Amino acid sequence: MELWATTQEALRLLVTGDATLWGTVWISLKVSLIALLIATPVAVATGFALASIAFPGRRAAVVVLQSFLSFPTVVVGLVLYVLLARSGPFGDMGLLYTQTAMIIGQAIIAFPVLAAFTLASVQGADRIVRETAVSLGATRTRAAMTTLFEVRFAVMAGLFNGFGRVISEVGCAMMVGGNIAGLTRNIPTAISLETAKGEFAQGIALGIVLIVLALIINGVFHLLQGEGDLK
Amino acid sequence: MRTLVFILSMLLFVRPINGAAAEIKLATTTSTEASGLLALILPQFEKASGVKVKVISVGTGQALKLAERGDVDVVLVHARPDEDKYMAAGFGTIRRDVMYNDFIIVGPKSDPARLRGEKNASAALQKIAKSGSRFVSRGDDSGTHKKELSLWREVSIAPKGAWYLEVGQGMGETLTMAGNLGAYTLSDRGTFLAHRARVGLDVIVTEVPGLFNPYGIMDVNPAKHPHAKNVDALKLIDWIVSPAGRAAIGSLKVDGTPLFTPGAAPKD
Repeated sequence: MELWATTQEALRLLVTGDATLWGTVWISLKVSLIALLIATPVAVATGFALASIAFPGRRAAVVVLQSFLSFPTVVVGLVLYVLLARSGPFGDMGLLYTQTAMIIGQAIIAFPVLAAFTLASVQGADRIVRETAVSLGATRTRAAMTTLFEVRFAVMAGLFNGFGRVISEVGCAMMVGGNIAGLTRNIPTAISLETAKGEFAQGIALGIVLIVLALIINGVFHLLQGEGDLK
Repeated sequence: MRTLVFILSMLLFVRPINGAAAEIKLATTTSTEASGLLALILPQFEKASGVKVKVISVGTGQALKLAERGDVDVVLVHARPDEDKYMAAGFGTIRRDVMYNDFIIVGPKSDPARLRGEKNASAALQKIAKSGSRFVSRGDDSGTHKKELSLWREVSIAPKGAWYLEVGQGMGETLTMAGNLGAYTLSDRGTFLAHRARVGLDVIVTEVPGLFNPYGIMDVNPAKHPHAKNVDALKLIDWIVSPAGRAAIGSLKVDGTPLFTPGAAPKD
């Protein structure tokens, strides 16, 4: 019963357009999308390279990449904090407690997810696609793009996954963003604070927003990738 | 007959134990328990009086509520206006000043807002606002946050702007952030002492009106709650303000600095 009352209050906050709440939503969305925008090309290229180019230490690199998947976000935050803190090597850049620091953190968190999905999908792709492309006179880059297009559903799955990881993570955002109201407070750090304050309605409202946001973003990604064949 | 003798002898056996194990319940705030104060001083009282003290440590509001309802025998909190209300409503018969600790305004050594030497806490905050120096606020509805807001209210400032950062985190994290940003913040002395070496901030304003945090102890009125163990509660109240109690309070130290000063706080 209390949950229902809390949810009702949460919905009221949402539809009345609570400025603080929507400001927090905007920060979350902006930071996570920019982070993905930065991480995706690099990660996809890395995943593709690991799957298709032979070099010494390739298998070790694959193992390291895959183990980064289980790296706690708070550790990413901690390492980044030590680097960006006033006394750290990059302290002079003044990046700590900014959205930029959060974007860097989330890009690092999203990277292994995107790269590992690309790696797995390219490894599973039919060699014939690439060989056909090459035999038809495609350049290496063109052939690579053809392969990636062929496995786009798996790469997109990586993107969904990466988005899910960064939009919902609290450890790194709290540590390098600092949860500053109106500046670096995003949905997860705000939920964490509201819970600590006992403001459960506000917390649940933010939780609902996060879910709706995920639905919308995933819907858009889904439209972009096309329907695909039933198998 | 033999059964009766047996029962009576059991009663003889039981009753002295009950009598010896006098026990009272003390409702108090988390700060007195978390700081290690009660663990240090209560055994001394128990030894001197033979009265055991069970501690229920909750928020100030809840501690007072427990006392009002007669769920405890004695209450030790730090919320002077609420304590006065409690006494005025006749929930207690006696209130004594026990001790105080204080808040401090900490900031970068360079003191950009020139607060050093300021004789009043809210005037110091006013200077921060005017100079636009950064100030990190707990922003988490904690006791320290409430104290900060009350200081702003005294000078009719609604803190807002790029210089005022609400971080919604604990005292330790807030100090870390203030240190990294070269900002001011309001802290309790104990937490600051624990983090001082790491955060690189200085105590800028201290021991001025507006920053003291006095603790008071009150009994539970036996006229309202006849089951309250008032005699033993009064023993604790008498002891905690006695020379022995004051010495015990003063002996709690972090890095050689006492956390609480026994006695009444200097007048604000």
